[in-house]
Amino acid sequence: MRVSFTVNGRPQEADDVWEGESLLYVLRERLGLPGAKNACEQGECGSCTVRLDGVPVCSCLVAAGQVEGREVVTVEGLAEYAKQRSCGTGARGTSLDEAKQWAAKGQDSHTGEGTELSPVQQAFIDAGAVQCGFCTPGLLVAADEMLERNPNPTDADIREALSGNLCRCTGYEKIMDAVRLAAARQGEAV
Amino acid sequence: MDFLRPASWQEALAAKAEHPTAVPIAGGTDVMVEINFDHRRPEYLLDLNRVADLYDWEVGEESVRLGASVPYSAIMEHLRAELPGLALASHTVASPQIRNRGGVGGNLGTASPAGDAHPALLAAGAEVEVESVRGSRLIPIDAFYTGVKRNALAADELIRAVHIKKADGPQQYSKVGTRNAMVIAVCAFGLALHPSSRTVRTGIGSAAPTPVRAKTAEEFLNAALEEGGFWDNGKIITPSVAKQFADLCAAACNPIDDVRGTASYRRHAVGVMARRTLTWTWQSYRGTDGTAHQKGSVA
Amino acid sequence: MSSPTPGFAREGGAPLGAPLGTPTKITQGSQTKGGIGESTLRPDGTLKVTGEFAYSSDMWHEDMLWGHILRSTVAHAEIVSIDTSEALATPGVHAVMTYDDLPAEVRKYGLEIRDTPVLAHGKVRHHGEPVAIVAADHPETARRAAAKIKVEYRELPVITDEASATAPDATLIHQARDDNHFGHVPHPNIVHRQPIIRGDVSAARERADVVVRGEYTFGMQDQAFLGPESGLAVPDEDGGVHLYIATQWLHADLRQIAPVLGLPESKVRMTLSGVGGAFGGREDLSMQIHACLLALRTGKPVKIVYNRFESFFGHVHRHPAKLSYEHGATRDGRLTHITCRIVLDGGAYASTTAAVVGNAASLSVGPYVVDDVDIEAIGLYTNNPPCGAMRGFGAVQACFAYEAQMDKVAKELGMDPVEFRQLNAMEQGTVMPTGQPVDSPAPVAELLRRVKAMPMPPERQWESSEGADVRQLPGGLSNTTHGEGVVRGVGYAVGIKNVGFSEGFDDYSTARVRMEVVGGEPVATVHTAMAEVGQGGVTVHAQIARTELGVAQVTIHPANTQVGSAGSTSASRQTYVTGGAVRNSCELVREKVLEIGRRRFGSYHPAWATAELLLEGGKVVTDGGEVLADLADVLEDEAVEVEAEWRHRPTEPFDLRTGQGFGHVQYSFAAHRAVVEVDTELGLVKVIELACAQDVGKALNPLSVIGQIQGGTTQGLGMAVMEEIIVDPKTAKVKNPSFTDYLIPTILDTPTIPVDVLELADDHAPYGLRGVGEAPTLSSTPAVLAAIRNATGLELNRTPVRPEHLTGT
Repeated sequence: MRVSFTVNGRPQEADDVWEGESLLYVLRERLGLPGAKNACEQGECGSCTVRLDGVPVCSCLVAAGQVEGREVVTVEGLAEYAKQRSCGTGARGTSLDEAKQWAAKGQDSHTGEGTELSPVQQAFIDAGAVQCGFCTPGLLVAADEMLERNPNPTDADIREALSGNLCRCTGYEKIMDAVRLAAARQGEAV
Repeated sequence: MDFLRPASWQEALAAKAEHPTAVPIAGGTDVMVEINFDHRRPEYLLDLNRVADLYDWEVGEESVRLGASVPYSAIMEHLRAELPGLALASHTVASPQIRNRGGVGGNLGTASPAGDAHPALLAAGAEVEVESVRGSRLIPIDAFYTGVKRNALAADELIRAVHIKKADGPQQYSKVGTRNAMVIAVCAFGLALHPSSRTVRTGIGSAAPTPVRAKTAEEFLNAALEEGGFWDNGKIITPSVAKQFADLCAAACNPIDDVRGTASYRRHAVGVMARRTLTWTWQSYRGTDGTAHQKGSVA
Repeated sequence: MSSPTPGFAREGGAPLGAPLGTPTKITQGSQTKGGIGESTLRPDGTLKVTGEFAYSSDMWHEDMLWGHILRSTVAHAEIVSIDTSEALATPGVHAVMTYDDLPAEVRKYGLEIRDTPVLAHGKVRHHGEPVAIVAADHPETARRAAAKIKVEYRELPVITDEASATAPDATLIHQARDDNHFGHVPHPNIVHRQPIIRGDVSAARERADVVVRGEYTFGMQDQAFLGPESGLAVPDEDGGVHLYIATQWLHADLRQIAPVLGLPESKVRMTLSGVGGAFGGREDLSMQIHACLLALRTGKPVKIVYNRFESFFGHVHRHPAKLSYEHGATRDGRLTHITCRIVLDGGAYASTTAAVVGNAASLSVGPYVVDDVDIEAIGLYTNNPPCGAMRGFGAVQACFAYEAQMDKVAKELGMDPVEFRQLNAMEQGTVMPTGQPVDSPAPVAELLRRVKAMPMPPERQWESSEGADVRQLPGGLSNTTHGEGVVRGVGYAVGIKNVGFSEGFDDYSTARVRMEVVGGEPVATVHTAMAEVGQGGVTVHAQIARTELGVAQVTIHPANTQVGSAGSTSASRQTYVTGGAVRNSCELVREKVLEIGRRRFGSYHPAWATAELLLEGGKVVTDGGEVLADLADVLEDEAVEVEAEWRHRPTEPFDLRTGQGFGHVQYSFAAHRAVVEVDTELGLVKVIELACAQDVGKALNPLSVIGQIQGGTTQGLGMAVMEEIIVDPKTAKVKNPSFTDYLIPTILDTPTIPVDVLELADDHAPYGLRGVGEAPTLSSTPAVLAAIRNATGLELNRTPVRPEHLTGT
């Protein structure tokens, strides 16, 4: 079957989709967007988290046919999504630069420097919340959405919002640091 | 496999009539797991996402008519006052991502004894509104679960909504899992006080082939509360009454040993949850609710 | 909120007691930014947060096929017949292969012992063993085709434990063993046996005022890395194959893959793809050979990605163990003797079982002084799932048991458990049961003191003005308690882990370092075959190059087999060994650069000949700080490149009868304090805090060091309260191969993990560093268990603890 939907603001179309395919498979294997990850494919890890019409969902449990005509945001579109949001709400829009200045430590040459990042993405790098990084895309989408809803979360709020995202490397402490950092920078920027 | 995409409820009923083996998919949180893990290859998937009224709810005089696809996160956010037991149960469902997709219709359709909504529905009192091209009917929740992962639906019927009695008293819900979040129930317990009828209702999950009520325990407690004039005098329920209620709830279980827990633990845990939820609801009924409710963000 | 740049050693950390050692002193590169000791950020961070970092499951190629593996549905059976005809006839299927289709004489592989069939031959020995492989144009086509392969099994009785494995009439899991352990094992179903005998236990027992015995059970843990086994094999025009793969050791894979393909190693090219965690689970091969076989058979690129179900069958697990201990002590709290017997279940194939046995035996008494020991560790062949490497590697199981014993002895003596440990704590100079002296700092008592000195988390944190916050209580969001039945407990544990490969293994790494001028700036390129699995080795390599070469720009070349082996990303060894190799190659490059400088500029300034010269900030400077030349001027358009191997000091095997020998390169130590709250009625546990103190010798990247400690600690927490692969003892089948029923900690299960880091240099190691990754996984589990015992008063001799154990149901 054919499935047409919007991903990160761009119309996309996938052909010859097998009816049992998930949104995750279509994103990864048909649309060249492998950011959402395939760690469990049973809704028990959150690595495939994307936003479907604004709502965080496990894309492994959304049948491809169900997204017809709908809007999806993946980690690949997170920076742009966050930028639009911050413009839309009249924030002065310098938070990103501030965030980047904070990170002015020894970076290496071939690392995608100059890439524009959302505050939560930058905070994950800065706080050391990324190790193997396989859980990172899903966590970023979930954390970004939580901060959109709840700009001043308590630690318990952060833990609850991220309780559907497993990480095996970090012990979550640096992830907590990253989300607190993103919240604080967001607060300074407004 | 064929993917059917009805745009309306009538189209969905027609599709189900034409293809009775079609598997309805709404949140996908059960069906897609089975497909991803190669446990199931239905001939047809019947997508209900485009049937908008399945996402609506109406708060009536007596009950809430909850569309089958209303996600758990919406129940937590919007129906905490009317359906406190189900709202608590919704909060224990899997993860935020799953709560954003899954709804009570899926729990009922799958009819797993571990479905989180069942004990809350049993305790509150509910009827399942099902429909086919032949017509619509209401199935009392007590008659809905017919076996392990089996329910009273006919092959051409779909679940449209659940009519759940609005709370007329305190309700509670507890679930034991071996992790502090994102966990399938080892066993679960729902309790609702119904001061208007001076009755108590219960629901037990994951401790029998189907979700069940602890009817003997309810009858015992109803009698004990009546006898002691508790509904009127608001006294603390005596430990011996609470204990016997808990023991009878445990006795209502017919659990198995599996990887999630032993049968004897399940019986024991149901008893503990029965006693605690009775204590919490009764404190709340008496207005001495010092320990309060579940905290946590919604949606 | 807490500081985003973590305080390293905790602010206000307990001051050192007696001097235990000295910190590393750095001269070369001390003025260069982004060198060792700084918390520089990951070079792959940006790619990882934007979703662009290419993991092995993200690989894609025009015209690629999907591979799928058919696995055995039973644990032990003869294969009567396999019929692939229907699968082959399925439209879209390009190849179906069984044992009979293998191209070479060599049809088995193995890390230490080549005993694992590439595809089952006549027999399956464990549930989930690969039987046939399929390549098709869509994963669903491949799955459907695999389902059409008819395999007829004749089931055999299963061997699942020591009794059934070593019974006189037991079926032999492997006939005709010819491995190097077969000669000394008491039964062919025992992979390896390592005794350690030292002193005179009988005499020591006479001196003991108390003798405490215990039997312990350690469940089967899974690495549960999040990135499933996956890779892409692309056939090359010369008849070879290029494999893009997530692994822990490219060259060990290569050594096992090439013979089975019937290819010389030069025709099997391997490039490391993004690795989604490893923790030991990628030391053994999984889908590597299968993908290559299908690619070579079809002439098309073949991708294989396991789903989570397959992943549980696709890699080895941590050995489950039965452990029997006897500890003796005098009334004044001195250990007199320890005896122990450790039985590790290696499952159907050897993997690294022999080395795990060596570790378990040699580290079995813990970081304590005890002169009289009688130790035996064995590893079994059974029909259970194969077990091998996982973070902590044999030391974890032992630590769980000996720390439980230490608490029991302390209780028997009426002593404080921490003081009792400190009284018996090893220190530099202590002789191990193997006769090996510990010849670098061993601050065991100090780590315990530090972790005990940390402030305690407040009581009843769940209480708020709005009532109980269930997220802070046992049961969490499941709303099982509002404080009823909740009891707090505190427990301590400390452990010892070896760093690097032991027992005489030639454990080396290779690094190629190049320095040249690009755009007027000196740039260093570091090329190793080290598997970056998330640990941050790539960050550290760049830091080392900056420090050693005094440059700002470092490029990390992708890891592949076009450079010599970097050994395994395991055994806490990469920073030590490959880091050591990078430093060594950098030093050689530096010498060459200075040589060029002397040649070109020596006549202009006497310091070129007389002073000690350093490279700092892109310049050649004297140790007095005088600038002699810009590197750009020294090098001009010349590139200096060195590829060299580097070895740590040699070790030797343990004597097979006495266990004596200089077996380990280095030891690392961590201590934990666990604070738990237990709902004693429901048997549910909430870990409130898990504090850790660890000596790391020298933290090359403090942020990464803390990340390793917190991550390892959390895996230990999981083992304490939830993680276990459950194998049916009647059928040897795995009952919970999914993330629904194999649970790992969520962020709501994981407490705050304050970390206190000591840096006492090991003079034998580069920069004085000590391997970090594994030690925190050891003591975390027993600390949590001790805290639960403290809360409940229960004995609890098995881990993980389940609600049944806490409620007696």
